Amino acid sequence: MSSINPTLASLVGEIADGRISVVDLTNTLSTDFPVIVLPSEFGQCEPFRMETVSRYDGDGPAWYWNNISMNEHTGTHFDAPAHWITGRDVVNGTVDAVSPKDFVHPAVVIDISAEAAANEDFIVTRPFLEAWEKANGAILPRHWILLRSNWSRRVGTLSYLNLRDDGAHSPGPDADAMRFLVLERDCVGLGVETVGTDAGQAAHFDEPLPAHSVLHGNGRFGLQCLTNLDQLPTFGAVIVATPLKIKGGSGSPLRVVALIGRPH
Amino acid sequence: MTARAPREKRDPLARKKLCHVSPGQRSRAMHAMAARAAMGRFVLQTCTDCGTATYPPRDACPKCWGELVWSDQDNGATVLCKTMIRVSTDLYFRDHLPWRMGKVTLDAGPVALVHLHDALEAGERAEIRLMLDRGGNAALFALRPGERQAMNDPQWREFVVPVQGRTVLVSDARSAIGRAVVEALHRAGAPLVIAGLPGPAPASDVTDALFGLDGVQAVPLDITDSVSIAEAISKIAGPLDIVINTARHVRGGGVSARGNLVEQRRAMEVSALGLMRLAQACTPLLAGRPSGAFVDVLSAHALSGDSQFAGLAAAEAARFSLLQSFRHEMRAAGVRVLSVFTGPTDDQDHQAVPSPKVAPGRLAAEIVDALANGREQTCVGEIAADAMERWLSDPLLYAREKNL
Repeated sequence: MSSINPTLASLVGEIADGRISVVDLTNTLSTDFPVIVLPSEFGQCEPFRMETVSRYDGDGPAWYWNNISMNEHTGTHFDAPAHWITGRDVVNGTVDAVSPKDFVHPAVVIDISAEAAANEDFIVTRPFLEAWEKANGAILPRHWILLRSNWSRRVGTLSYLNLRDDGAHSPGPDADAMRFLVLERDCVGLGVETVGTDAGQAAHFDEPLPAHSVLHGNGRFGLQCLTNLDQLPTFGAVIVATPLKIKGGSGSPLRVVALIGRPH
Repeated sequence: MTARAPREKRDPLARKKLCHVSPGQRSRAMHAMAARAAMGRFVLQTCTDCGTATYPPRDACPKCWGELVWSDQDNGATVLCKTMIRVSTDLYFRDHLPWRMGKVTLDAGPVALVHLHDALEAGERAEIRLMLDRGGNAALFALRPGERQAMNDPQWREFVVPVQGRTVLVSDARSAIGRAVVEALHRAGAPLVIAGLPGPAPASDVTDALFGLDGVQAVPLDITDSVSIAEAISKIAGPLDIVINTARHVRGGGVSARGNLVEQRRAMEVSALGLMRLAQACTPLLAGRPSGAFVDVLSAHALSGDSQFAGLAAAEAARFSLLQSFRHEMRAAGVRVLSVFTGPTDDQDHQAVPSPKVAPGRLAAEIVDALANGREQTCVGEIAADAMERWLSDPLLYAREKNL
């Protein structure tokens, strides 16, 4: 311990003694966790699957392990820039090439839970964000923008995907809001509780699927299917999100945690 | 709608009654007869030299030592005599005593020993059905002329799969086929139909009138997921008698041309591995039931490749193969494994395919009929029947013709 950097030592110490708490923002990766549904003419996202190889039985008397399979975008997951066509030429745009420095960033939590409860197709607009900044303070650069919609409370019910015969219904941003966050507030990425960074009806926007398009076209990231955002402060949480190093991958399921310190 | 018999209730302290299976040893000729009985045909061997029809099955004509071939025959007969068996050393028959047997003179010629409907008397006319017994072997059963069923006769019920009073699981009730099957079983009087609903689940699931029927219970079920199967089965209160596997993943595409590995892997996951998962999970429940059955709906593409649906055809061929193995495994437990072949169905999956197509309601009705007759192999619709006939007569030619 003698050679440890004092900042790190203090961080580790404060985590150990509880002055910094670690909040798990990850949903449990289970076979019944819903995955995004695209129109049927497109290829579909595979849900999580698990087959037991052995469980202290004839196939492995002293050990338990499973084979698992899933899409890169199953469960709580990370979207790399290469996920979207706008990000296809972004340098280091695949998930294996994401800089490790980007695994740790502070976050701003924007609470849209009341609006989403009143309107499940609630759209986050630039005026909404500007009004939010007036009320809460400026969004600082190089932060994750986390949209707290309380949508994670719907996990396990049909209202999480909220699929109806006219498509999915869930909140998300429009294109101007995304340009504001990316170009004017220089966000690291957008994190949401819903199954995608875009709203359920975002394919029908004038600029379709703006969160994916604007985020990834500018080399930013996405985090989806987050939970426990209601435990985070508006400012000051630090997100640790380390996607799997999948060669040439477009994204990855991952464990996301937030570090929250008590105010000094 | 048929009246609904209540589901079985049992004294929890009583030791569970073992289900025995009728004796299994048969000659090769008798197995050939069983293979035809499985298709619901009434066949006898006839001599290519003297034309004599013979029964029981033999290796040569008893009259002239000529060669015997199988041919479909008129199933009329006259009852010669009847008797009641009251004592048997066989475990299966001991459970079902007394047991009526009789002798009949078949219109085709031979005199045969048959299982007899209780209303038939010596001298009366009868219709003989070629059935499969609980052990899967061919047996003749005499019914009154014009009578298709005899569900009130416990002896007849041993040869078929009743749905009255039984709990049925439909693996995929989201597809057009699955919905039709749930409805048909409900109408046929199954007191509890568990309708498996694979994801993704629309919000309308909760308001769907079919799943709101009294005696229909929807459960999330995806046969590509062992966990989901285990959970669905855990939600079934009481015994499970019949499983109907309607799941499949139909997508077009060839092998190298337009072959989509993601879709074809999924087809394989559903058709082949899905069948295995479902069978593994359900078998322990079915095996303890007095007339457990597993019905599998499969595409006639299973019989040969299909260049337009290469992935599906391969997956369904694997399913066909697994079913043969599964049927063999289940014979000792007395669980009947029924294959229902269908051609293209009139649903969203076959929009690009020209008519004739099988209406889902017809497929469902044929499944109910296959159960009611204990028929192991059914072809629904002209396409499937034609495919089976051509495949049986010349499989190599059929594979060629189908992919010209």
